[in-house]
Amino acid sequence: MHGRPRKAPKPEDEAASSAKAQKLRALQTQFFSFHHNKIYTKEAVELSAKLLEINPESYTAWNYRKLAVEHYLNLPDCNPDSIKSVLDDELRVVENALRQNFKSYGAWHHRKWVLSKGHSSIDNELRLLDKFQKADSRNFHAWNYRRFVAESMKRSEQDELKYTEDMIYANFSNYSAWHNRSVLLSALFDKKAEGFLLKEKVLPEEYEFIHQAIFTDPDDQSGWVYHLWLLDQTVTTDSPLLASSWPGHGSDVLLVGDRCYNGSAFSPFSALHSDSGSFPIVLYFNQPVRGVNSSTVTVECGFNKNEDLLWKPLSASNSQTARVWVAHLKVSSSDLHSTVEVSVGHTKGIISTRGFEYSHPSMLSFKVHVQPMERDSSQVSVAESISLREENFKVYGKQSEESIIDSFDQLIIKNGHETTASNWRFEALAKEIECFRELLSLVDCKIGKLTLARLLKAYDAMSYPFANKLVHSEEVLELYSDLMKLDRTHYQFYKDERSIVLLQKVTSSKGSLLQHCFQYKDSVSSAICGPICLRLNNLSLSRMGAFEKLLWVQMLDLSHNELQSIEGLEAMQLLSCLSLRNNKLRSLTALEPLRKLKLLRILDISYNQIGDHSIDTTRYVCSSPLSHSVGSELNRDETVTSDVALINNWEAFYIFKDFNLNQLDIVGNTIADEKFKSVLVKIMPKLKQLDGKLLD
Amino acid sequence: MDDIPPYPPIDPTTFDLIVIGTGLPESIIAAAASTASKSVLHLDPNPFYGSHFSSLPLADLPSFLSSHSTSPSPPRSPSSDDPNEFSLLEFATRPLYSSIDISTFSPNLLDQHSRKFNLDVAGPRVLFCADKSIELLLRTGTNQYMEFKSVDATFVGDNKGNLWSVPDSRAAIFKDKSLGLVEKNKLMRFFKLVQGHLAGEQDVKISEEDLQSPFVDFLNKMGLPPKIKSFILYAIAMADYDQEDTGVCRDLLKTKDGIDQLALYNASIGRFQNASGAFLYPIYGQGELSQAFCRRAAVKGCLYVLRMPVTALLVDKDTGCYKGVRLASGQDIFSQKLILDPTFKVTLPLGSSPPLPLKEKLPFFSLKDDKGKIARGICITKTSLKPDISNFLVVYPPRSLFPEQVTSIRLLQIASNLAVCLPGMFVLYISALCNDDDQGKKLIHAVMNTLLTVPLDSESNAAVQSETAEIGSAVQDETSESSSGGPSDSGEEKPTLLWSALYSQELTLGQVDFICSTPMPDGKLNYNDLIDTTFKIFQEIYPEEEFFPETSLENPEVDGDASPET
Repeated sequence: MHGRPRKAPKPEDEAASSAKAQKLRALQTQFFSFHHNKIYTKEAVELSAKLLEINPESYTAWNYRKLAVEHYLNLPDCNPDSIKSVLDDELRVVENALRQNFKSYGAWHHRKWVLSKGHSSIDNELRLLDKFQKADSRNFHAWNYRRFVAESMKRSEQDELKYTEDMIYANFSNYSAWHNRSVLLSALFDKKAEGFLLKEKVLPEEYEFIHQAIFTDPDDQSGWVYHLWLLDQTVTTDSPLLASSWPGHGSDVLLVGDRCYNGSAFSPFSALHSDSGSFPIVLYFNQPVRGVNSSTVTVECGFNKNEDLLWKPLSASNSQTARVWVAHLKVSSSDLHSTVEVSVGHTKGIISTRGFEYSHPSMLSFKVHVQPMERDSSQVSVAESISLREENFKVYGKQSEESIIDSFDQLIIKNGHETTASNWRFEALAKEIECFRELLSLVDCKIGKLTLARLLKAYDAMSYPFANKLVHSEEVLELYSDLMKLDRTHYQFYKDERSIVLLQKVTSSKGSLLQHCFQYKDSVSSAICGPICLRLNNLSLSRMGAFEKLLWVQMLDLSHNELQSIEGLEAMQLLSCLSLRNNKLRSLTALEPLRKLKLLRILDISYNQIGDHSIDTTRYVCSSPLSHSVGSELNRDETVTSDVALINNWEAFYIFKDFNLNQLDIVGNTIADEKFKSVLVKIMPKLKQLDGKLLD
Repeated sequence: MDDIPPYPPIDPTTFDLIVIGTGLPESIIAAAASTASKSVLHLDPNPFYGSHFSSLPLADLPSFLSSHSTSPSPPRSPSSDDPNEFSLLEFATRPLYSSIDISTFSPNLLDQHSRKFNLDVAGPRVLFCADKSIELLLRTGTNQYMEFKSVDATFVGDNKGNLWSVPDSRAAIFKDKSLGLVEKNKLMRFFKLVQGHLAGEQDVKISEEDLQSPFVDFLNKMGLPPKIKSFILYAIAMADYDQEDTGVCRDLLKTKDGIDQLALYNASIGRFQNASGAFLYPIYGQGELSQAFCRRAAVKGCLYVLRMPVTALLVDKDTGCYKGVRLASGQDIFSQKLILDPTFKVTLPLGSSPPLPLKEKLPFFSLKDDKGKIARGICITKTSLKPDISNFLVVYPPRSLFPEQVTSIRLLQIASNLAVCLPGMFVLYISALCNDDDQGKKLIHAVMNTLLTVPLDSESNAAVQSETAEIGSAVQDETSESSSGGPSDSGEEKPTLLWSALYSQELTLGQVDFICSTPMPDGKLNYNDLIDTTFKIFQEIYPEEEFFPETSLENPEVDGDASPET
């Protein structure tokens, strides 16, 4: 059924097909007249059958037949026998249509519909399926229908699992069969069926099974897809875990009023400037979760229970599921020192996308110190300009190292309870690593390299933070570099993966992280940013990652990389100063993650490629302000919507309207002409400095 | 055969071609010549078709073998010159079989049902689904006279009685339980290399140097482990001699030929939808093939006379040229060409020298040098060697049974669903190339001892006899029995031998002169070489004629019917 070359039609074939088309058109015309006049006589129904036999894709005809069936079933003289004969007729028509084209969605759907009426025996269906699955063992329509039939018949998952095994033995190049196997196993795991209670008992056998396919023919992709599923089953813990948080457990947070941070006693990791007297609490889970709210996460600050605290998901889509959740806690200025206790998951309700409950309640506690405000803020901040240039940085001083080391540990949440339960996962990964090293010693195989890289990455991720460094990161980086050379088609994908590994490596230890920490020249005078700037410039990064280790960063330099996307950056809620200078951002919509960074004041997106490409493929993933969902925001400000320039620049409006920027650099982008800059000024009335020029 | 009923004289008395013997090569030539509009007389001294390629009832096999085991007495009378212009050269038969050893452990049962058996004289033999015999059957439409079933699997045996399935396809490699992951990868890559090479892909072309080198060296170069090498050489490429011992190997396979064998095997798997393995076997036995070609010849006007021995060759007195033959009935029949079954020998009259021109021709009468012998064995059992499968091939690569074994031993098990034996029984055909009868016996016995239980008392084995009463029910068991699919456990009960025939056969090649001898059954598993030789003989006698021209196809619509019925 697959890989058959298409032949050019011969003249006689064309003549035949045009004759067929004519016949079909005549049939169709007649059929539509019956349909529109709601005629359900025997002749009319038979005509529709004829039509479907020639063209099973005629959805209208299927719908007509459904109406006809309903019509018959509602007749007063209807009895079980006549019902059965009507429905049997339908099944026969479907079978004929499928014989014509067994990939007809309409036909398969109609069959399901007929069977759902409940009058027909389902026993014949497996026989029919066997026929179709023999003709084309990968036909996913048949496999879909098989799942439906198996469920209706209450056929056990074990029996179906055996069936997939037989199909795979006949030809293991069968995506549908492997897929069905993963579906069935998931169901058995969920049910905790006998023999499937412990994944560690089942997965090794599955690995063994898939190895046979992969080693026999590493070029066949179907097996790899299943292997990826197995890997996911091995790596992902069922219940979600809290990976990190800000503020960290046991840390001290210094909340500075408008300015004048004096960093003497406190760790630079947790001093924060705040205008509003509130600060964010960020929770970073190891997988997307829903149900984070003031009842599942309680925040006690002194005697205040903060029951109205609003937890917001931080994700690109507007779903209520996210890895990162943020709430803004207001600290009363009367309490200069207070202790905050955050308890996560003591009440049920935090649930992963797979439906597993957060089951390891944890408690974070930290101290908050409020620095009283000073009043002359307005003059100072106007004059100030932050420039992330080389000459403005000095290496972060040795004298401060101690405090960094202390607070670095506090960023990471150690989930000790998982260690013993995860032993089998370690073993499984180690075995897989060994296995694929062997494969790669035999053949040079791209997907084998990718799999090994994934395995090593997963192994490292699992051993962290119990092991102090990522033992395999060098090897993984090398594998991805190799793949970038070998497989140009997927260059960008490998580069993205490599970037993330590189970032994980950088953030894996205090020592390596410290090499990227710099002190801004006159931190004492800077009221806006914390004193440390994390500089991840010139690393050829095409993607950002390792956010769970970077929640504390307030000043981030990502300049001179190859970033095309900054997805995930929304997790870095403390960011107030960000440089994306000299990257490869191609559109304004790529900046969407920044919209959620409420503390961002200084942004440098100069020398990117914004506006180079007339078609922005990412714009469709973010909602248009002209759509209903956000339209109301637009209408709030009539002057804005009436401005033609703004309507033409809705992306700019959508991205920048919520920004609270003081300083923006956008020079060096195609889009950034004078006209556009004037639009920006209009959108952001609070902007004080644009491309280095002070605004009035 | 003792009392030949009086035959009416054959009319006409002159033909284009006389063919003596109805073995497969003779039958194909008769059919091809008839198709080319030659008048053909096809004679056979036996009352059945197939000669040394026939399938015989159990009781007839031993007598057929022994009738060809000793040379009949020398010509009764010195060849007397006829009053006419011919010299008579008497025919003698050349002994073909030796060391015939028949053992019966269940005499009553087998005697009663002798006719229910169709035992191949030249077994074990199969047709590869894509080999020359199938092509010939399809091209000539002869397939319409026959039905086939699939031989479902190939195994490699060892000296412990295990049968290991041969991973001969992608699916089989995947499924195989005996190969390690690395071995699977290496084997599949080798198959892909060969497939790429055969498909003419530039980047996987095997170099000419490699193609001319020994196949075994090429396999070594590819880094294939010994087990896989053995699978490829002996169970797929079907090499006869130990390829790694050049001292004993008489047929060192070149890479080119090895790859051709692999291509044949690969093309055979899955060629016909209802044939799961690479091989086919004809219902009612291999003898059907000869018979089908005879039928095909008869349709085209060939005249058949069975039970008609030929006593002498008629030779022109002056020129020594062949003129015709004298039949046992005394009639003389003339033809331009003669094809002889290779067991016939022309003996010169004692004490008389042949006419001069004939003497010059004589070297061509004598057959080519012996190419050694082939030991054959036929065993009948009432249980399958493997519980879940009834028709299959087993190969014992050289030195797999004992150190002195230098040739492959092949075994074919055929069940009653191919109408070769009583329901519930199985026929095992075993063969191995050898230098002499003793060596041959040793090879066949080695397999029998590994796989079978041989009852001690050959005359009255009560147990076996009583068991045979249950044979009817055993038929049902055959299908219902299930197994793990792994190699058979050596601890399982071995099938008990009911009957066996062991014999050695001479190996001779066909030869070509104005009188041509067709080839004897060879040591191969299929008929490819025999068909090649037959084609050459046909070309030699009729250089102007096409060997079954395409237009001769009478029923083009039956083309696809060669698929076996299951």
